[in-house]
Amino acid sequence: MTNHWTDLQNADVIFIMGSNAAENHPISFRWVNKAMEKGAKLLNVDPRFTKTSSKSHMYAPIRSGTDIAFLGGMINHIIQNRLYNETYMRLYTNATFLVDEGFKTAGELDGVFSGYDADKRKYDKTTWAFQRDGKGIIKKDSTMEDPHCVFQLLKKQYSRYTPDLVSQITGTPKDKMVKIWESYATTGATGKAGTIMYAMGWTQHTVGVQNIRTMAIIQLMLGNMGVAGGGVNALRGESNVQGSTDHCLLAHILPGYLKTPRASQPTLKAYNEKWTPKTGDAKSANWWGNYPKYSVSLLKAFFGDKATAENDFGYGWLPKAEDDISQYYWLMLFDEMYKGKFSGFFAWGQNPACSGANAQKNRVAMAKLDWMVNVNIFPSETSEFWQGPGMRPSNIKTEVFRLPCAVSFEKEGSITNSGRWMQWRYKGGDSPGEALPDGEIINELYHRVRKLYEKDGGVFPEPILNLWWDYGDDKVDVHRVAKEINGYFLEDVTVKGKTYSKDTLVPSFAFLQADGSTCSGNWLYCNSYTEKGNMAARRSTKDAVNGIGLFPGWAWAWPVNRRIIYNRASVDANGQPWDKEHWVIKWQDGKWVGDVPDGGWPPLSDDAKTRYAFIMKPEGHAHIFGPGLADGPFSEHYEPYECPIEKNLMSGQKMNPAVKILSPDTNTPLDVAFSCDPRFPIVGTTYRMVEHWQTGLMTRHCSWLVEAQPQQWVEMSTELAALKGIRNGDRCLVRSARGEVNAVAIVTERFKPFNIAGQIIHQIGLPWCYGWLTPPNGGDSSNLLTPSIGDANTMIPETKAFMVDVVRKEV
Amino acid sequence: MKVSRRTFLKISGATAAGVAAGSLGFDLSPIKAHAATLRKDLKAAKESTTICCYCAVGCGALVHSMNGKVINIEGDPDHPINEGTLCSKGAALIQLSANNPKRLQKPMYRAPYATQWREVSWDWTLDEIAKRIKKSRDASFVTKNAKGQVVNRTDGIASVGSAALDNEECYIYQKFLRSLGLVYVEHQARI
Repeated sequence: MTNHWTDLQNADVIFIMGSNAAENHPISFRWVNKAMEKGAKLLNVDPRFTKTSSKSHMYAPIRSGTDIAFLGGMINHIIQNRLYNETYMRLYTNATFLVDEGFKTAGELDGVFSGYDADKRKYDKTTWAFQRDGKGIIKKDSTMEDPHCVFQLLKKQYSRYTPDLVSQITGTPKDKMVKIWESYATTGATGKAGTIMYAMGWTQHTVGVQNIRTMAIIQLMLGNMGVAGGGVNALRGESNVQGSTDHCLLAHILPGYLKTPRASQPTLKAYNEKWTPKTGDAKSANWWGNYPKYSVSLLKAFFGDKATAENDFGYGWLPKAEDDISQYYWLMLFDEMYKGKFSGFFAWGQNPACSGANAQKNRVAMAKLDWMVNVNIFPSETSEFWQGPGMRPSNIKTEVFRLPCAVSFEKEGSITNSGRWMQWRYKGGDSPGEALPDGEIINELYHRVRKLYEKDGGVFPEPILNLWWDYGDDKVDVHRVAKEINGYFLEDVTVKGKTYSKDTLVPSFAFLQADGSTCSGNWLYCNSYTEKGNMAARRSTKDAVNGIGLFPGWAWAWPVNRRIIYNRASVDANGQPWDKEHWVIKWQDGKWVGDVPDGGWPPLSDDAKTRYAFIMKPEGHAHIFGPGLADGPFSEHYEPYECPIEKNLMSGQKMNPAVKILSPDTNTPLDVAFSCDPRFPIVGTTYRMVEHWQTGLMTRHCSWLVEAQPQQWVEMSTELAALKGIRNGDRCLVRSARGEVNAVAIVTERFKPFNIAGQIIHQIGLPWCYGWLTPPNGGDSSNLLTPSIGDANTMIPETKAFMVDVVRKEV
Repeated sequence: MKVSRRTFLKISGATAAGVAAGSLGFDLSPIKAHAATLRKDLKAAKESTTICCYCAVGCGALVHSMNGKVINIEGDPDHPINEGTLCSKGAALIQLSANNPKRLQKPMYRAPYATQWREVSWDWTLDEIAKRIKKSRDASFVTKNAKGQVVNRTDGIASVGSAALDNEECYIYQKFLRSLGLVYVEHQARI
């Protein structure tokens, strides 16, 4: 989240789309309700009328997978009716920037942007570049009338997204749709704030990232970034998925969102050069320009004294991935597993036998392994995969080590919520039997692997033997880990005239160095554990001077305890807040007061000393035109991979042209998918419910929760049920190209058929929290139905829109 | 038994809850007794704070334990986000504790082609896993890729997990995996 949970109370309009927050982030509604008590409007768009919808002032239905059409229509509406905040757009976004004259919008090229190579399914982004002057500074048109300026290109791109066409594509009644656009666009007025709360309903699509991009464009047009009650707010799914993402348990990033080294970067110099952006504009802070300070500090945290300037700080000891980094992502990982690539596999605190799209593929793949280590608090469909449905243990060679671990309140440490709050928590009870905290298990494994390499030698032992692992003689002292993550001065370092002693904790990332004199396991978390103490353990409920629910003394937020990021955009050029009542920062007596400002430089009116607001962008301006993505600098509506209609009504390009396609020809026999196939005529989607969580691994072992929600169900409209002869409570079979699940029918008014350009399309939905292990006859995972295809940028699987059929199960 | 809404409200409003509830067909006295015991125990119990392990709102909870056994978990009234409230999952956190007999307690090993788990010791398990890590790593280590570039990575081991780990655990886990040369490192954030 760019903002945070208690900030929701400050919104004038709350838009919830791609999320059912009332159901799945229930306590967030405490703050949504507070906003509504103060007069805020709640708008909700969802394929189904949910608990969130029931609290909304306005609800509109939408066919799964057509969010860009809806949001693109909103952009068009905002532009046509001049509802955008022009002042904000000029000051803070790249709306005035001039783009290469060769750039063409998707409307001009029948659904693709300029530079598309259909054979490679990839874009050559040469024409997506900005025009620059002789000094390398981007050319701008302050009138925003030049046909090549971002604003005019934005207008051109979304001019096709008329209310009529959008309504035909989405199946959303036109009047409901326009009313929602109008209501949300009121937040374009100076001093008004609109917030978007979204979740997997947006991310789990082949166009997932562009769903979010489209809304980010809207927020920038309306001046909603950096302000209280505004922002782009991802409601993340797991208690510490924010932390695990920040610490980068992902193939493409290292802690603090640094990049994993690639084969084409053989040296630290090449690596730093590749990933350190440059700017020609002196007013751009270009904060990623500090990259080498963070990468070197990370290497020092990894290898300690063994990392020296002479050996590239140990850079050579880190593995180098191939340049096409997506080949290591989740869907491809299980693809390779299926093909027998891995002898060993860790499924650590995760249940891929149920959580992964095309779950059967994952289950079969696990049988190809030599060994698997599974660490969890309960048994699961993953630990027990070898005795699951359709599995013959006598044919499965996989060794499985099932290790018992501590649950959250049986150990001490921190987790980071969706609002970037790092919160410390304590041991509250003992673990059962011999269960150990995960940290202890990791510690033991490292030491034992290291001993083997010390004793027996082996292949390239250097990274293991040179690793700096200093967390305690016996057990792991989590405070030592937390301090290393923050970082230390490794020698006496003088910054701005003050000397910081060797072995003291670094106050913030502003003090990290590129010369090896500092270490920091994660530069973003530098400031979380300092000489002042463990910031994450603080418990002050005193609010800040601006009284907007920041709670600056409760726990700690990254970066540097800034609670609302991009807050330099919450003020005018003189540093005075757009919203006087809900102000975030303001320039007063030569300094900023309120939230931690996004850099201490003076406001824009001080031309000599200021910096632009969006400090993480090389040009300092937020991207309305965003050339960094794989599938377009603007979004464009494409149909889901498995789709109910023959043609995309928006253009000749049916699906996302930059998505990697898995198929039986190129991957495995299980990678089947069918569009417009009469066997699977119904749109299927998945979602969660309050009583269960994710695959249900934890909640299905809690009798109180199972009593409330004991079994797999499928939700459908009364119209579809009548067509299929299904009554509420009937046992049904839901089928896709990939699998079948048994589910109890819930027949409801909450789904209604969609009219898509005259064609009636039905949609059904299932929760994905069940698995064959328990409860008995509870049903198996809905991910047996979902397709193995993902977003063009992140490759997050498209588990929110696929094609199914449902039939009554004959007794 | 049929009870009108007005009668129900009359009954449930009665002070002698155990007796009154009897007219509804169930007996509240064991629950009353439990609540009375709990109230007494909570005063003597150790109280610690935690953050719920389910969604990412990050609600605060209080854990009460006696001699290491969790006897109560409830919302933390001081937490600025949830102010003492919890959803049904948070309200059921105690069912994740050691009180739940389904909790995994011992390391188990499933041998190739076996139909059963075998209970094993931590020492054995950790040594065996370490051996296999080394064997797989040494066998699948790639020094140079097809283009002749130095890559020094382990292509034969993959890892997924976990958004359920503490920050400190996530950090040392990725540090460990990267020291082994793994590039196939993924978790919940990717799905």
